[in-house]
Amino acid sequence: MPILFEMHSLSASYGANTVLQDVNFTVNENDFIGVIGPNGGGKTTLLKVILGLLKPAKGTLIFNETLLNGNSIGYLPQLSTGDVNYPVTVTDIILSGLMIGKSIFSRMSSSDKLKAHTVIEELGLTGMSKSNLNELSGGQIQRVLLGRAIIGNPRLILLDEPGNFVDTTFENDFYEKLKDLNKRMAILMVSHDVGTISSHIKSFACVNRSLHYHPSPEITNEDLLAYGCPIQLVTHGDVPHTVLKYHK
Amino acid sequence: MEPNIFQYGFIIKGLLGAIFASITAGLAGTYVVSRRMVFLSGGITHASFGGIGIGYFIGINPVVGAAVFGIMSALGVEYLSVKQKIREDSAIGILWAFGMAIGIIFIYLTPGYTPNLMSYLFGSILTVSRADIIALGVMSVILILYFGIFYRTILYISFDEVYARTYSSYVDIFKYVTTSLVALTIVLNIRMAGVVLVISLLTIPPNIAMLFTRVYSKIVIWSIIAGFVGTATGYVISYYAGIPVGATIIFTLVIIWVLVRITTLLIMKLSKRRN
Repeated sequence: MPILFEMHSLSASYGANTVLQDVNFTVNENDFIGVIGPNGGGKTTLLKVILGLLKPAKGTLIFNETLLNGNSIGYLPQLSTGDVNYPVTVTDIILSGLMIGKSIFSRMSSSDKLKAHTVIEELGLTGMSKSNLNELSGGQIQRVLLGRAIIGNPRLILLDEPGNFVDTTFENDFYEKLKDLNKRMAILMVSHDVGTISSHIKSFACVNRSLHYHPSPEITNEDLLAYGCPIQLVTHGDVPHTVLKYHK
Repeated sequence: MEPNIFQYGFIIKGLLGAIFASITAGLAGTYVVSRRMVFLSGGITHASFGGIGIGYFIGINPVVGAAVFGIMSALGVEYLSVKQKIREDSAIGILWAFGMAIGIIFIYLTPGYTPNLMSYLFGSILTVSRADIIALGVMSVILILYFGIFYRTILYISFDEVYARTYSSYVDIFKYVTTSLVALTIVLNIRMAGVVLVISLLTIPPNIAMLFTRVYSKIVIWSIIAGFVGTATGYVISYYAGIPVGATIIFTLVIIWVLVRITTLLIMKLSKRRN
């Protein structure tokens, strides 16, 4: 399985505040990794480092340049980064995913617009191509942002809490869609909802200042304890139940 | 009174001024309104009054002084908001009043001739020179080229800056250049509408357009049209009624906003009833 990128003893910090320390992490083609961990544990920071938005303080991040570089990654940020009231249409937002690799002078060709049309159909957004985000539901907005992340057909997409603000039926559709996409691209997905994502992902990474990689989708409280990963663990049995654990 | 050559020149000046003011304010205003920079633009406007005062005091063209002050304060606030060391709205508030204070101090320190303060505060077509019109014309061409060539880049950076940073390393340059052009647009329009009113020249037309379209490029075009109708009508009314032109233009624009708002509401109600 070809490697997409590797991190070696990488640390990242905001000023004097070290958020990630000594992280070793490898992502391969067609991986579907769930990134879990407590709030403030460094999940989003990990994505920022991969995207090149934050320079590592120490260590290295090496891309397999034939497949991927820091500017060709699809990214679905947390909902809050864009302004939903901004006067920009769904089609134009999805097209912005093609700015990867285009020059600042570039215009969108008719084949670009056809691609946007295909993505809109594929994600069930037909009829909304001319809407602004403030006319859509939370689930539909997430699909538009997913569309922006995948229109360029990148080898890797990073998803930051895509389950937020989405109702359950929408969520299941969304994860089914991701399973499809995983056939052609690796996925790294930050989530706090371990129970829901565990049936979709292939492996876990727990981020809490350090990073522990867990090569199977099943994760137990013992694992979390060992990793020092104080998160909410939800499991599904005959009767759905929630186990809350706080680790020191 | 027979029309004479001065009156003719006055009409040409007014017409060209209205066209160029609408184009520059429409392009810059749509950016300002979409990016929610209205308060920042107000701060830039009032800070540039400091440049006007210093311009008079040291004997250079006050518009040049205003341009320097306007651009510097625009870049300063953008820079501060990136660094997030100071609350942006407080920084703008300080800049706003400080610029006005500097302006007043230096205008009163200027020996001899005291310029007509009212014309800078509220605008006056009588003080608009040929050079002002030419400057606005050049600015129109620059803005049309800039927004035309970099339309998508600017649109996407101002919609979602964080995402734009994932593929482009030009985000900050574009933010600084666009904000500087906005500052220059404001300064050049001060002669027309005045320090106090120029911000409405930028913000009312896009808000008229946004009553019936939500596509960025269409908002720009309709802003320019609405701006021209408001500006030209304002001129005519101000000429015949003998009232200050800046105030008349803003008043006319607000009336247009109200009329369009009522019309769109009526159309919505009618189409609902039909369904």
